[in-house]
Amino acid sequence: MSKDDQILEELTSSEYKYGFETAIDADEAPKGLNEDIIRFISAKKEEPEWMLEWRLNAFEKWKTLKEPKWPNVKYPEINYQDIIYYSAIKQKATPSNLDEVDPELIETFKKLGISLEEQKRLTGVAVDAVLDSVSVATTFKDKLGELGIIFCSFSEAVKEHPELVKKYMGSVVPVNDNYFAALNSAVFSDGSFAYIPKGVRCPMELSTYFRINAANTGQFERTLIIAEEGSYVSYLEGCTAPMRDENQLHAAIVEIYAAKDAEVKYSTVQNWYPGNKEGKGGIYNFVTKRGICAGSGSKISWTQVETGSAITWKYPSCILKGDNSVGEFYSVAVTNNMQQADTGTKMIHIGKNTKSRIVSKGVSAGKSQNSYRGLVQVMPRAENARNFSQCDSLLMGDKCGAHTFPYIETGNKSAQIEHEATTSKIGEDQIFYCNQRGIGTEDAVALIVNGYCKEVLNQLPMEFAVEAQKLLALTLEGSVG
Amino acid sequence: MLKVENLKASIEGKQILNGVNLSVNPGEIHAIMGPNGSGKSTLASVLAGRDSYQVTEGSISFLNQDLLEMAPEDRAREGLFLAFQYPVEIPGVSTTNFLKTAVNQIREHRGQEALDAVTFLKLIKEKMKLVEIDNSLLSRALNDGFSGGEKKRNEIFQMAVLEPRLAILDETDSGLDIDALRIVANGVNTLRNKDNATIVVTHYQRLLDYIIPDFVHVLYNGRIVKSGTKELAKKLEEKGYDWIRENETTIAG
Ligand SMILES: Nc1ncnc2c1ncn2[C@@H]1O[C@H](COP(=O)(O)OP(=O)(O)OP(=O)(O)O)[C@@H](O)[C@H]1O
Ligand SMILES: [Mg+2]
Repeated sequence: MSKDDQILEELTSSEYKYGFETAIDADEAPKGLNEDIIRFISAKKEEPEWMLEWRLNAFEKWKTLKEPKWPNVKYPEINYQDIIYYSAIKQKATPSNLDEVDPELIETFKKLGISLEEQKRLTGVAVDAVLDSVSVATTFKDKLGELGIIFCSFSEAVKEHPELVKKYMGSVVPVNDNYFAALNSAVFSDGSFAYIPKGVRCPMELSTYFRINAANTGQFERTLIIAEEGSYVSYLEGCTAPMRDENQLHAAIVEIYAAKDAEVKYSTVQNWYPGNKEGKGGIYNFVTKRGICAGSGSKISWTQVETGSAITWKYPSCILKGDNSVGEFYSVAVTNNMQQADTGTKMIHIGKNTKSRIVSKGVSAGKSQNSYRGLVQVMPRAENARNFSQCDSLLMGDKCGAHTFPYIETGNKSAQIEHEATTSKIGEDQIFYCNQRGIGTEDAVALIVNGYCKEVLNQLPMEFAVEAQKLLALTLEGSVG
Repeated sequence: MLKVENLKASIEGKQILNGVNLSVNPGEIHAIMGPNGSGKSTLASVLAGRDSYQVTEGSISFLNQDLLEMAPEDRAREGLFLAFQYPVEIPGVSTTNFLKTAVNQIREHRGQEALDAVTFLKLIKEKMKLVEIDNSLLSRALNDGFSGGEKKRNEIFQMAVLEPRLAILDETDSGLDIDALRIVANGVNTLRNKDNATIVVTHYQRLLDYIIPDFVHVLYNGRIVKSGTKELAKKLEEKGYDWIRENETTIAG
């Protein structure tokens, strides 16, 4: 066995660090999906009638749609009637401050390394934590409120800001966009809502932490970010889930709306439970994320570091409708053991002089499969559209796979599209060079992989970048001997 | 500090080292010369612990430990350094970051605390002066797009930072311009003390005018066939390896 192979065999011995379950009473819906369940969810959340109507309509659409089969992933048939669609943590009343939050919950956050109190005091990050289905605590709300920024749970927005929710919800990702989007629209549990008024630069990173807790619950969160003219916001999303034998479904929606000259930066570090070495358990992550650069000169930038989930199906996209608008997608997807990822982006150029940039770095180890799938589409009226795509794959060992599916559709001759792709293997030479300087093999791999992903990691806010680097190392732990 | 006895090693079934004997004491500088393909880099790689080479016979002791039993990173942590004939590129990782990881892992191995950023930067600055290396080079990705000479100088810079007990310089002089050669030699001489030792692998007597060796060995067909003082290097320069070759055949015959 060559050194690389050994390294790989051993890398597969890493364990998921965030696998613990919180013993909090959950208030659950019975298994299965039908109109009654949707009414139950809506009632539990004390939603207005229009919201219920919207859900029911989505449910009707969902029944007419089929699960997509084109992604390069394999998994057993999902029984949608065997899933619990709502699980709320029992709490006396909505907490008005952290002291009223269940201490067990606070413990959980501490284990995750996101002590709300600490964050509140030290980092200046406003956190909206979604544990299973209910948004638990939102910090910094007051400070943001002074600037007219709204940052709250989606449920709260439904009640407090119905005009905004009605106007934008489903405007970027229509209810019938795809199977999972329709499912989410019918049963979404909670999520985050952010509104940045005209000309306001959000002074802190807005952050949401998602975590799937109870067994058999799919998490269907929904996020809506609205950036009014000339505003700026940077939004962070992180996720973890406890270890379980069964697979859990996660089908989220993120919608971003950017008005004229607005800029939204959306960063994700995803480390849902990937399942064990044999591929048992783990999250099925089927997510629809899309932003629209509605106004001229607007910009949406997606940065994602995907290390977890058994299956990732995710294509954060930009609709570049406004003239001179810019869309960016920076992605690192790491797969190990039996993980499968089919991820990429869509850049739809509609406006004139629109620009998009795609940087995708795939790292595959173990027996995993890692696919990049990207579409660059230039509409006829998109004069002088430009795209640059760079898709790199790094392989560790010879049992994994890396695939690239770039699709380019140009309807305007003035378009300039550049696509570069590389595939490389992590070099025994590089590892030996590090070893010779006293760096152990595991750290050498982490160093090399981090270097390889640098262009993407540089896009993340500082604290998040450090976290992401650690996660990369953790995911690849034991993949080289 | 280093004792190599009857070392035989092969790669992919092909025997390259045919019984090398070499003894290096603290404070000494040894030069190894020999024709292309004679096994100089192989010897260096085996000492550093590259696992594509199989040691089929013989022993190596380093600071009274069995070197062959040690993982490559542990050899490095115990003070063995190899300046590569062909330094490897690591995209996206700056020399500074790379060295910080190395220094701190070595320190951890020795039970010392990790250096904080300020102390580390001070150390780096000091060593930069010694080998007259530019800051901009250090913030770039390690060896990525470096010129041949820059890579070699970077190896010596790393050596200066890591302060090894035994440094093996594999043709570090090849590709260096006259000034760089002087700087590298000066670096080696400045770092020299009674406790450390250096093995320089070179093809050129010229280097040995700057780094004056205590011993010169000729490696030929995987064996050290001749050892002497720096006069031997001069003689080789004059007569070429044919002279050794003739000698060899007489010995063999
Ligand atoms: N992977 C390999 N498979 C087969 N032979 C190899 C392999 N690697 C090295 N060799 C051979 O081993 C011999 C010794 O090589 P080595 O690099 O040690 O020579 P050297 O003395 O350092 O030469 P130079 O002066 O050119 O640097 C050469 O004949 C080389 O072709
Ligand atoms: Mg050589």
